[in-house]
Order: sequence, then structure tokens, then C-alpha cells
Amino acid sequence: MYAFTFHRPQTVRQAASLLAKHEDAKLLAGGQTLLPTMKLRLAGPPQIIDMSLIEGLSGIEQSGRSLTIGAMTRHSDVNTSPVVQQAIPVLAQLAGMIGDPAVRHMGTIGGSIANNDPNADYPAACLGLGATIITNKRRIKADDFFTGMFSTALEPAEIITKVSFPIPKKAAYQKFRNQASRFALVGVFVSKRGGDIRVAVTGAGSNGVFRVSSFEQALKKRFSPKSLEGMTIPADGMNSDIHGSAEYRAHLVGVLARRAVADAIGKPIA
Amino acid sequence: MAGETATVFMTVNGKPINANIDPRTLLVQLLRENLRLTGTHVGCDTSQCGACVVHVNGKAIKSCTVLALQLEGADVLTIEGLAAPDGPLHPMQEAFRDNHGLQCGYCTPGMIMTAVDIVRRKGHDLDDRTIREELEGNICRCTGYHNIVKAIAAGGRAMRGNGSAAKAAE
Amino acid sequence: MSATGIGAAVRRKEDHRFIIGTGHYTHDINRPGQAYAYFLRSPHAHAAIKSIDVKAAAQMPGVLTVLTGADLAADKIGNLICGWMIHSKDGTPMKMAPRPALATGKVCHVGDPLAVVIAETLAQARDAAEKIAVDYEVLPAVADPAAAQKKGVDAAFRSTKQVTKLDIVNNRLVPNAIEPRAAIGDYDSGTGSFTLWNTTQNPHVARLVIAAFVCMAPEHKLRVIAPDVGGGFGSKIFIYPEEVRRAMGVQACRAAGEVGGRSFLADAHGRDHVTHAEMAFDADGKILGLRAKTVANLGAYMSTFSSSIPTYLYATLLSGQYEMPQIYCEVDAVYTNTVPVDAYRGAGRPEATFVVERLMEVGAREMAQDPAELRRKNFIRTFPHQTPVIMTYDTGDYGASLKKAMELADRKGFGKRKRESARHGKLRGIGFSSYIEACGIAPSQAVGSLGAGVGLWESAEVRVNPTGSVEILTGSHTHGRGHETTFAQLASERLGIPIDNVSIVHGDTDKVQFGMGTYGSRSGAVGMSALAKALDKIEAKAKKVAAYILEAAEGDIEFKDGKFSAAGMDKSAAWGDVALNAYIAHFSGQELEPGLKEGSFYDPTNFTFPAGVEGRVHDGVAQGVGQPLYEGAVYDEHGQLVTGSFMDYAMPRADHLPSMTVDTTVTRCPSNPLGIKGCGEAGAIAAPPAVINAITDAIGTEELAMPATAQAVWAALQKSNRIAEAA
Repeated sequence: MYAFTFHRPQTVRQAASLLAKHEDAKLLAGGQTLLPTMKLRLAGPPQIIDMSLIEGLSGIEQSGRSLTIGAMTRHSDVNTSPVVQQAIPVLAQLAGMIGDPAVRHMGTIGGSIANNDPNADYPAACLGLGATIITNKRRIKADDFFTGMFSTALEPAEIITKVSFPIPKKAAYQKFRNQASRFALVGVFVSKRGGDIRVAVTGAGSNGVFRVSSFEQALKKRFSPKSLEGMTIPADGMNSDIHGSAEYRAHLVGVLARRAVADAIGKPIA
Repeated sequence: MAGETATVFMTVNGKPINANIDPRTLLVQLLRENLRLTGTHVGCDTSQCGACVVHVNGKAIKSCTVLALQLEGADVLTIEGLAAPDGPLHPMQEAFRDNHGLQCGYCTPGMIMTAVDIVRRKGHDLDDRTIREELEGNICRCTGYHNIVKAIAAGGRAMRGNGSAAKAAE
Repeated sequence: MSATGIGAAVRRKEDHRFIIGTGHYTHDINRPGQAYAYFLRSPHAHAAIKSIDVKAAAQMPGVLTVLTGADLAADKIGNLICGWMIHSKDGTPMKMAPRPALATGKVCHVGDPLAVVIAETLAQARDAAEKIAVDYEVLPAVADPAAAQKKGVDAAFRSTKQVTKLDIVNNRLVPNAIEPRAAIGDYDSGTGSFTLWNTTQNPHVARLVIAAFVCMAPEHKLRVIAPDVGGGFGSKIFIYPEEVRRAMGVQACRAAGEVGGRSFLADAHGRDHVTHAEMAFDADGKILGLRAKTVANLGAYMSTFSSSIPTYLYATLLSGQYEMPQIYCEVDAVYTNTVPVDAYRGAGRPEATFVVERLMEVGAREMAQDPAELRRKNFIRTFPHQTPVIMTYDTGDYGASLKKAMELADRKGFGKRKRESARHGKLRGIGFSSYIEACGIAPSQAVGSLGAGVGLWESAEVRVNPTGSVEILTGSHTHGRGHETTFAQLASERLGIPIDNVSIVHGDTDKVQFGMGTYGSRSGAVGMSALAKALDKIEAKAKKVAAYILEAAEGDIEFKDGKFSAAGMDKSAAWGDVALNAYIAHFSGQELEPGLKEGSFYDPTNFTFPAGVEGRVHDGVAQGVGQPLYEGAVYDEHGQLVTGSFMDYAMPRADHLPSMTVDTTVTRCPSNPLGIKGCGEAGAIAAPPAVINAITDAIGTEELAMPATAQAVWAALQKSNRIAEAA
């Protein structure tokens, strides 16, 4: 790694002021993305701001029709939380699919969302549930938050403090793994909340996580895998590499969307 | 910056440690180079192989993907601390030995530490499928995993009431 | 069989240190005041080095020295070599490109090392390496072997219409032992001696090459130690640039193991063949002949044994388990701007088996014959059997293995399972692979006649101590293979002593007589045979000592279960007494030397030929399933390694693999004292064609390359217009 100065602020305000003061500083949440990047010398932030001492950034709370998760909450805690399992079970399952058990003990939801890796799972959940990302400055709707591969609407010195998820009636996530990295080659998150239908896709798009409005329209008529039969999305704009061609990813989006809807209505396709 | 040092305090295998280190020091480097606890290994540079797994505050962590400075005040347990000092082996260690769960031994400390963590989280009666899924973050090139899975199942049963692995295998 | 002798299931002696974390791997060694080396590696697949300026790097904090190829040449350090000379069809010797330890003049693959920084810490070395200024002139690169460049058998092919033809790619693999390679070099200026700790499968060979060819140090002043080694699979046989270092004037220096992405560029790769193969059958399905043309990728340089892998270790196995009257194989071994390719788990035999077993399976399908029956019909039945490709198979019972495998796999019930799967919208297939390999490498004369620059015998020395405990010094090296236990079991059984009284010493050239090391599944057949011979000599000498103690004639002494007794007399001497007496040596008037220590060199009289439908245990199978389903090293057209880390190179995990049922049938090998065959590579050899045969059976098309990922299978189905809704 390149050398750096290590900071351990006690409050969000201190962290924000460090970010404002040092242009190239990076926040350290779980470190499961930042540290490997630094070890390979692909990133060399001269200041590291460790978030782990700041109180009030972890925690899971259900109130009324929404579930709120603190930004520093670890994936393993989301996975095993009885509150999450009860309120939005698919979110607990999704958290349990990120990385591996050791990575899940450290990785955080805030870190994942702020990074917006095009193969990550949480962005699909946020977009797929219509979450609200709450920062030290404002509330940002998921539809506005994810602006492209590795980029978000976060402004300099803006820090995610929690994420709030509306509780859906039905929801499911299908993840088709890259066998090497175990990230999502393609992941599809579907949800239904009243008349609000969402289909969010990670892994496939060359501009990061996106919604499939054609599928959402079809599912509005009837929320069943049959509504998506024969439907495809174009291969244009899909990622392409040795793990999956654009055509294959486009194909997977259709397959996984049907399977996810089947899961969501309680009739999984074997 | 380069040349800067910082101090960190933690407990490793029950012993208090005060170290003056380069901030870039990963936990695995602190363990292997500063403390000469070389049982924890490095096998990759992408945080995937699991040879570096230790327990921090009771949870399995990849020691190659955490800075020592993040662990101020933490309680760290490595493979060297798993067995009681001058005492018997941990049932999971015995289970690996009795079930031929290792060949070259390089991935083994990480496997054993992961295995103990699996049992703590998932219970003592582990089926093959669960074990295999839980081993997603541990790569072995020698054994093909078959005996590792057997060993972990046996170790899990033996960890119930701290019995011996040999009994559990019966 | 005793409780701890051969065949007994015992706990491995070596496991204790591994499970408590006190294994002693090269990277665990910390020499006082040691320095660290970091290699600057080429980012280009092919480029001329117009200039290289290390001045700024040398001034960086903590830096002790920076070395380039020019420095090595000035010190008259020799190049790395390929140790097996082969000749082309027309007799011209192979073109071995010079391979200096640090590239000079040009770099030939991404990862080719051209300079090394030695500094007080690894971070300092790495920081300084970034300051080395290299002016590269990028040159065109070639990564694809097929882009880089046939007889008596033809008559067999002309005589029939039934010819099965296949184009096969055996995909490039990266061995990826979990322990990265590492080396520590130490120079004692007082004695002029070098010590090299190294992750090697063959410390003596490393020492010989480094001394005699690379001219680092005279052989008698160079000690090579291989401590615990975390897996090799072939990749740790070869002599690599990083092990070559000018230690003179520099204190102990550790070349930090090339980890992860850098090891993908630094360690030898495996396989990478492109083959067009044809098999001719008569009207009943009896094989008339096989012909194959293979382009084999050598990579940018010839690695230590690379010439032999795609030639003598490959083509000589093309007879498989079958009677084949005619075989023709032509191999073009080509250089490309990629990492050098050499032996990897199976070394040539997986490539051969894949060709033969795919041809058999596809042939069966084309002739509408049962694939098991087609194999059975063609099995060799009388032994010894001389194949058209050099090998003489000593013994075998291939029908028995096939029968047992069919029972275990419940082949009879397959149809029912297939229909059940279809009901759930799934395609089910079954695939066979009858493999054979040549193990127990190898009879020295045989390989010598084929151009090998070494003999492939093995050494063993048995030292009995006065207290009766035994040390076995073996030239074999265990790197997970369990020798500390299996070798001890043999001694324990032969000498009737507890297994805990036997130590195995290996991996240190100061302690152990020259040995050839471990690879080619030879530790059992060759290494243990050497041990068996040495134990024979020990027994013979011990009987002489016992005769003296018992005042009996030597010819009357019997040795059983650790006791020497004299026939017809009611006296006996325990092993411990005999051992002690050998050293007290009060043999008056006897022509008997004191002591009890014997050595032996064993040169195998033949390869061994384990064969079967699944020879050994799970580990080889993991790699044998990895290749057809998950693994594959991919280069782009510019010679950049796209699969440069575990993020892109899929290493099989526990949930990628099934649990396995393994069984054996036994035919004793007649050519070595123990009758054993060797099995370390079996799974990696047998499994790939079985897997591909099963998948192609299920999807109904043969156009499927390895790795058969979900995408590849989908594409194959698309192409053959099968099912649309598959993922």
C-alpha cells in the first residue's frame, strides 16, 4: 500500500470535516473493498477516515411500514437479524449472499452502496425496493442515487448514515454468480408494494444498476412469471467480458426475473 | 506519512500487545512479522483464499483485509491460541487430523478457524451442503474438500459439550 | 499387516504441526537482518528494452541494491535451462531460447522479470521499483498457439469409412498452489557458502541447476532447503528466475512469495494444447488407428522440463487402455508471448487422455454403440502389452475397473434418472473416461534415450540409531503428500518397530544424498522402492549382527515382527539389542563393519501404469473437475492475461464440488519391490473427459469447449437449436 494518515473520528461531523479538509481522503467502513484496492496499489488515498468508532451508525429498526438500517451495519448482522427476516426476508437472504462469511463480518451496507460496484448486490436491493439513502445532509431516493458504474449522487463530504427500505408485499432476489469472483454476474431484484412494481438489475448493465421498465409494465398487469414469458431485454448496453457476453447477460436478466417473481409469489421454479 | 508510525493495543491469544507500527500494517502482518505467529498464512491478494482467517472479537475475519489500527482494543484469536496452552487440542483440530482434512497444511489454519466459526453460527449438526456453502471463502487446492467437509461435520458434533472428536466420529 | 504398517489407516505424523499452526513454510522463516526483494515485471507481452535506469530507485530509502540483467551477465550468471533435449522430426535439436533470470534486451511475456530491488522492507522495495525507469519499445505479440504455425497410419484410415474426427482445445490452467512460491537466500562470507530456502519439490535438482548452469555457486557450497511446502502440483519443480540472486555482498534476502496476481504471471502454467484428432474404427467398432496433430504452447521461454510434457509425456499415452494397431502423433511446440508452460498435475497425460476418451465417446455415439461396450471391446487383455508409442504396459485388468465403476455409478438406473430429470425440465447425461497414465517416472535409460538430461531414479538412506530408532533420509519431498507417514509406515512394518520411532528427513541437500524429488506420481513407486531396497540391506546386515549376538550361523537367522531368532534354537534378540550391538561393535574376528546404516538408489525398470475409471482420491478429482467446468487462463490478443487473479480465474470451492465415492480394483505392479503404482494425478487426468462426455451426452452436441461454464453450455445449446429457457 501507499502510505497514509489514519484518522478515527468520534462523530459524523468530525468525519465530514475531515473529508472536507482533505480532498483525497477516503472513508473506511468495512474495508472489504477499499483495502484490497489499496493493497494492489490501485488506490492510494493519503488520508483514511475510519468510521467504526462513530456511535449511532449501526442498528436495525422497523417502524411502521419501513425498515431502517444504519450505514455501518455489517452484512452478517442484517443476515441474522430477526427484525429483517420478519420485515423483508429477501434482504436478509441477500446480505447472506455477499462475499463469504468472513467478509460479511466486516462489510457494511453503507460501504457497499457508496461504492456502487456494478456487480454488487445492495444497489439492486435499494433500487428494487425503492429505498431512501439518508446522509448527513439530505435524503436521496434510490432512483436518484445510483448514477453510473462506481458513481453515486453523493457530494464531497457527504456521508451515508442510514438506509430506509419501504416494506414490500412481495419481493425476491435471484443472483447468478461469476464463478471466480462470486460477485453477481447478473442479479435481479423484484418487488411489489401496492401498485409499485420494481425490477432492478445488477451485474448486467455497463452503466451500473438499472430498472427494467418493460418488465415492470408487464408485471403491473399481473405479478406472475407468466407475464414475463418470452420477454427479453436488448443486449445493447450490457457488459461483456469473458465471464458473460452481452447476449448472455441479457438472456440471464429474463431468466432470473422470471425466477425471482416466482420466488416472490411463493411458487419457486425448481 | 511514509515513516509515520502509530500505536495500537489489542489482545492476541489472551496476551496484551502494544505495538508501534506503520499505519499500513494489516492484521496478518502484525501477527506474522511483529508477533512471529506464523500459523496464519497469506495465499492470495484478492481476499478470497481464506488462508488468513482468524477470530476477532469472536468472529471469523480475513486478517489480510483489516488494518491493525482498526482493531484497537480487540480480542484476537489465532490458530496458535485455539488449543488450551499446554493442553489438549481443540476438538476441531482433532477432527481435521482424524479425518485427513489436510495435506500440505497451508490452508488448514484458516480452514480450522473458519470451521469453528461455522459451528458457533450454525450449530453442531451441520449437513454437507451447509458446510460447503459456508466454505465459500476458503480455497484448498490439495484435498478436493471431501475430507474437510467430513472433518468439520465431525468437529461440530465434538464441539457440543466440548467432547472429543474421536467420540463424535463413532 | 501390522497396526501401523502399510495399508493401515493411521493418523498422519505431519498433521500435528499443521493443525496447531507451527508448520514451517519458507515465508515463515525470518533470518536476522534479512532484506526483501521485489521484482519489476514487464507490463508488455513483447517489447525491446531500450534503456533501463535504476539510479533513482537505488537512492530510495532502505534500498540496498538494484540489479538488472546486465549486472547478472557481468557476474557471469548463467541462464535458466530446459533439461530435456528433444529433436524435431528432421533431427534438428529443439530451439531453446536463452532465458536469463532477469530479461536482457527484451521482455517476452507480461510478467517477465527485468530488475530486482533489494531493500530493508518489502514496502520500500516496492516503492523503489516504481522509480525504475524503463524505456520499452512495444513489439507485436502473439498469444494464440494455433496462430503461431502426417503416414503408415494413413493406410488404416483409408481402409474404413468410420472415422471420428474432433478438434480439441485443452485449456491453459494455472496451478495455483495456495502457498505462493518464496525463496530466501543467505550468504556466509566467512565460509563462502550459500543457503537457499525454497518452495521446491526437488531441492537437489534446484541446487544442481543453480550451481552447474546458472553458476551462482559451486554445488558443494550451496545448500538448498525445502521446508514445509504448501502444495506444488508441478509448479514448484522448475527453477525460476526469482531463485537466482546475486547474494554476494548482500545479507540474507527473502524474495517475498509472488502472491496472487503476480504469481499468475510468475509461475509456470499448464496444458494449452490445440489438437486435431481422428480415430478409425472397423465395422464392429474395433480401433484401427489414431492420428493426432497438436500445437502445444511453450510460452515465452522453455521452462525446466517443458520440452517433454507435450511430447514424450503426452503422445506416449495415446494408446489409452486400448489395442491400437496404429498411432501417429505430430506435435508442434511453439513459443508465444505468454507465461512459460510446463508440467502441471498430470503433465501431458491429461491432454492425451482427453483426446482418446473424447474420441471413444464420440465414436460410440456416431456408431450408435454403447460407450462402455465400445471400450470393453477394445481393452487390452494380454500383458505385457507393447503399444505403438514406446510404452510397454506391465499389467492391468481394465474390464474389472469398468465393471466396478458401472456398478458404483448405477449405470443401469441411469435411464430412469434421466426421465425423472426431464420431468423437472433438466437435461441429464452420463460420461465415461477410462484413463491410464505412466507414473513412477521413470527408468533412467528410457528417458535418457529420449533426450532427458537427468536420470529419474530415487535415493533413500536408512540410519538406525544405537537406541533403535530410525531416520529415513529420502530424496523424495513431501509437500502435502504424506510421506512422513507413509514412508514411516513401510519402515515400521518391515522392522517391527512403532511408527513413532521412525523419522523422515527430506528437503535438505546438506542432509540427504542427491535425490530427484517428487512429481510424476513417483514417490510411492520410486521413492518407496528405494526405501524398500535400503531396508533389505538393513535387514541383511542386522541379521549378521544378530548372528553374532545369538552365536548362530547367519543363514539360520530369521527376522519377524521386530525379533531376530535362530532356527531351531530357543533364543531371540530384539531389534533394540541388535541396533545397540551394531554400534558397540564387539564383533571379534568378524569381517563386519560397525554401525547400521544403508543407502540405496532405485532406478525403476518401467513406468507404472495405474488405470481405471477413477483411480484415486478426491484431490486430483477436484482439479480434474476444475478444468472442465471452471478453470481456464485466458490471454487477449495483446498478450495480456485477462484471468490475472482469483477474481477472474475460477478456483473450485467446496460448493463447486460434490462428495465422492471412490473405489479401487487392484493389480499389483510387477516392476517394483512394493508392487505399487502411483496415483497422485489420476483424478486430474481421468475426470475432465468424463465430465465433458457427460455434459455433451446431456445436451446432445459435441461442440463444447472447456471450461464448460453455464455460458458455454447455453451457447452450445443455442447453436444446436436446443432449449431456449436454459441459464
